[in-house]
Amino acid sequence: MSSANDMTQVVPQAVDYFRVMPEIVLAVFGMIVMLLDPFLDQRRNQKTLGIVALLGSLAALVATLFQSQYPGLGFWKMVQVDSFSVFFHFLVAAITAVVILTSFEYMQVQGIRAGEYYALVLFGAVGMSLMSSAVELVLIFIALEISSISTYILAGFRLRAAISSESSLKYFLLGSFATAFFLYGVALMFGATGSTSITIIADALHSVDIPVLAYVGVAFMFVGLGFKVAAAPFHVWTPDVYEGAPAPIVGFMSTAPKAAVFAVLLRIMFQADAPGRLWLIWVAAALSMTLGNIGALVQDNVKRLLAYSSIAQAGYMLIAFAALPNNGIAAVMFYTASYAAMNVGAFAVISHISGEGERYVTLEDYEGLGRRSPLLAAILTIFLLSLIGIPITGGFFAKFYVFSAALQANLVGLVIIGVLNSAVASYYYLRLIVVMYMREAREEVPVLPIPIGLGAALAISLAATIYLGVLPGRLLDYAARTAAEWAR
Amino acid sequence: MSTALDNSMLTLVTFIPLAGALLLLFFPRRDRDIRLFALVVSLLDFVLSLHLPVHFQRGQTAFQYEVNNLWISNPNIHYHMGVDGVSMWLVVLTTFLTPLCVLISWKSINERVKEFFILLLVLQTALIGVFVALDLFLFYFFWEATLIPMALLIGVFGHGRRVYAAVKFFLYTMVASMFMLAAILWLYAKTGTFDFVSIQTAIHNGQIENFGGAATWLFLGFFIAFAVKVPIFPFHTWLPDAHVEAPTAGSVLLAGVLLKMGTYGMFRFNLGLFPEQSRSNASWIMVLALIGIIYGALVAMVQPNMKKLIAYSSISHLGFVVLGIFSFTQAGLDGATFVMLAHGVSTGALFMLAGILYERRHTYEISEFGGLATPMPVYATFFLFIVLASVGLPLLNGFIGEFLVLSGAFRDRAVYGILGASGVIWSACYLLWMYQRVFYGKVTHPVNLSLPDLSGRERAALWPAAAVALVMGVAPLLWLNAIDPAVQTALAPFAQLASKMVGR
Repeated sequence: MSSANDMTQVVPQAVDYFRVMPEIVLAVFGMIVMLLDPFLDQRRNQKTLGIVALLGSLAALVATLFQSQYPGLGFWKMVQVDSFSVFFHFLVAAITAVVILTSFEYMQVQGIRAGEYYALVLFGAVGMSLMSSAVELVLIFIALEISSISTYILAGFRLRAAISSESSLKYFLLGSFATAFFLYGVALMFGATGSTSITIIADALHSVDIPVLAYVGVAFMFVGLGFKVAAAPFHVWTPDVYEGAPAPIVGFMSTAPKAAVFAVLLRIMFQADAPGRLWLIWVAAALSMTLGNIGALVQDNVKRLLAYSSIAQAGYMLIAFAALPNNGIAAVMFYTASYAAMNVGAFAVISHISGEGERYVTLEDYEGLGRRSPLLAAILTIFLLSLIGIPITGGFFAKFYVFSAALQANLVGLVIIGVLNSAVASYYYLRLIVVMYMREAREEVPVLPIPIGLGAALAISLAATIYLGVLPGRLLDYAARTAAEWAR
Repeated sequence: MSTALDNSMLTLVTFIPLAGALLLLFFPRRDRDIRLFALVVSLLDFVLSLHLPVHFQRGQTAFQYEVNNLWISNPNIHYHMGVDGVSMWLVVLTTFLTPLCVLISWKSINERVKEFFILLLVLQTALIGVFVALDLFLFYFFWEATLIPMALLIGVFGHGRRVYAAVKFFLYTMVASMFMLAAILWLYAKTGTFDFVSIQTAIHNGQIENFGGAATWLFLGFFIAFAVKVPIFPFHTWLPDAHVEAPTAGSVLLAGVLLKMGTYGMFRFNLGLFPEQSRSNASWIMVLALIGIIYGALVAMVQPNMKKLIAYSSISHLGFVVLGIFSFTQAGLDGATFVMLAHGVSTGALFMLAGILYERRHTYEISEFGGLATPMPVYATFFLFIVLASVGLPLLNGFIGEFLVLSGAFRDRAVYGILGASGVIWSACYLLWMYQRVFYGKVTHPVNLSLPDLSGRERAALWPAAAVALVMGVAPLLWLNAIDPAVQTALAPFAQLASKMVGR
């Protein structure tokens, strides 16, 4: 390590700032959005602020490329830029861009004031980006809070709907409780190892006898993070919150924070080589898949259905945590990317169809969509097929890598549970497809033309889903290289 | 003979229908043009696929027309295709039936014509892909890819309870193929390759650790996916529903080709990868096949619905195929392959005939008909010809395959042969009885008196099937001399197995 990054250094160097460039860019654009808001009149501000926010997320993509030129530790070893963090920065920025594109139309139709909305999306992205590069538990906690508080507020943004306030409040109360658990875990870990830095913790845990306190600490941290990724048994909030929150935001918070928290989990579980992780994760994965899929079977609201599906998908991702580091890390990274592509896309379609006040979100409202709007129905079908895990979609390879990583670690039992679960899951995704194509519309739900912003969002997520399904090699190679970097 | 053409032949034959489907996407919605285009594409594919048997090296046992390119480096997935005598003829069967399907759907599909033909062509690509894939991953990929277009064909274009039938079809086969996926993943985890030939060699040389303990489970994982597709007796309940609700073209491809994916899978993967486990599990599989033959026939006998009757007859006929495959005799396997082809042609034709009647009367109930030979003599003649082919009249295609299967089964164990032979008698009973009720006697419903006979288009769809049924019955060697070496290769490990057992 260069002397510039020593503890004795008081003033951060330029390179320290380079290593958090995407976060700086996102925060600056977020502030620009907030400052511009009062100067614009009601009618024009929607579009303008949206475009500024979009530029912000695109600038973050560029900043990520810039940041990747300066790998290493920064800010007194609290931030680590490596290909792992670059991957998640890129993912979060891309999700943010697509969600903002989706929001253009949604905000107009719902009549929501845009000001804080776009700013909060960007601030949330700051927290999520930071989570993936933070290697210091306290900083991780702060980043987690930045991201959580933004999403708490965003969940309640449909001001006229009581259900949205309920969603926000529920998410806030339970979420704060969960972060408290995480903080408690951090404290215990500090007690056990004398540090909050992941690298020092890793060294401490490599010693012969691991203190019991460390096991408890890992368990507490897992409770807090498990809540954030909606893993069972900490998943109960998910359906209610997803049902009430604005549809594009559900697409956002079911993917970006999830990816970021999975990044944190990867750092804690693998980089710090957390003890006792196997059974913890085995149980959580099996429960998430089973409870999520069974819950989804009986849902009539599309948002609730996808909420349960996201619980199950988190379960599949957790399988990879139980596997060996090398394959597991790569599999999780691939899964988060392809899940982001298909889920953000699916929620983009849902937010388009939902209409003013999100009136059309039940399965019945999708009846006959295949006839009324063949294009939208076909796009949603591809996302759903990807969620099932049908070949030539990203979802297939995602599941495939996870299962084969688990098999290489000889976790046959967990794989069988996973395989049976994905068979069950195909039923409810299929139900939506069947409703779209094989039933006649009972009530005429209006189908509006697809505006440019939404069209771009759909095109991006569709292209990503198919790309990952046809040529998954490049992304997986990248992920495998990352995993190899850690193994050194 | 140009080798460049040989190398790209399988790719062309597989993907031309898909390319056609993509072009159709951009067609204006003029139904006539769409139908014509689909017909042209499917005919072109058929003509191209004829290249395969024409230039096939009959004596050789290795896979032919192979292409093997890297598709994805991690996991190690190859675009590996190739055919032997068995899969080659199944490919030709598929390309042969598709133009007939287009012809038979000419008038019966009036709504969403474009979507229908797109799905049909996509389905064709997936079906051919299943037969030519030599990479387990590629195979699974095509295998799953057949599900979606078929389920949509049933669910969107089918009759009354179509949604129920489509979902049942999808879930049955989806759940079953999950087990196959698990088995494929296990093999990949242990060998690091999906390549069929490499895995086969690795298993043969005993290079896979822990293989002994897992082998039976792997065998069953593959078997259950195939057994549901065939379908073998306790897994068959999706089939009658799917058939009854499917549009005619869907039924033709379902019975003609889709079911053969199961039996082909058993031949290629169960026998090819797990000879020992095939041997040790053969007895109960044979029993299930025999139950299928007899049970299918008996249930067919009492069906009041013509299409359901043909559906159950398929269960019975496919029982013969399974019986032949698990007899592990040259005759049995030759016969099994031949039955696959013959059943594809004759049952495909039977479904077309039933569909023709449905277009006129909108019912499949046998009791609604009677004395049809009077108003529709040409139709009645075609029907009789195909029925006779299906019951196994010598000199028509059904006879050769069933005869070979039964002689193989006899050699394995006499009681299998005897019980299996009863199935031939049953099939004569239910098909001829059905024929009698529909065509002979007086016209019982006056509305049937004015039914028009076959149109030129319908004849064009039926003639090829009838002609092939005859040629296959008269000159079976044209087919068998390509099938024979493939079967010999498949049986080679069994001969070694037998000599090992004797040596002990």
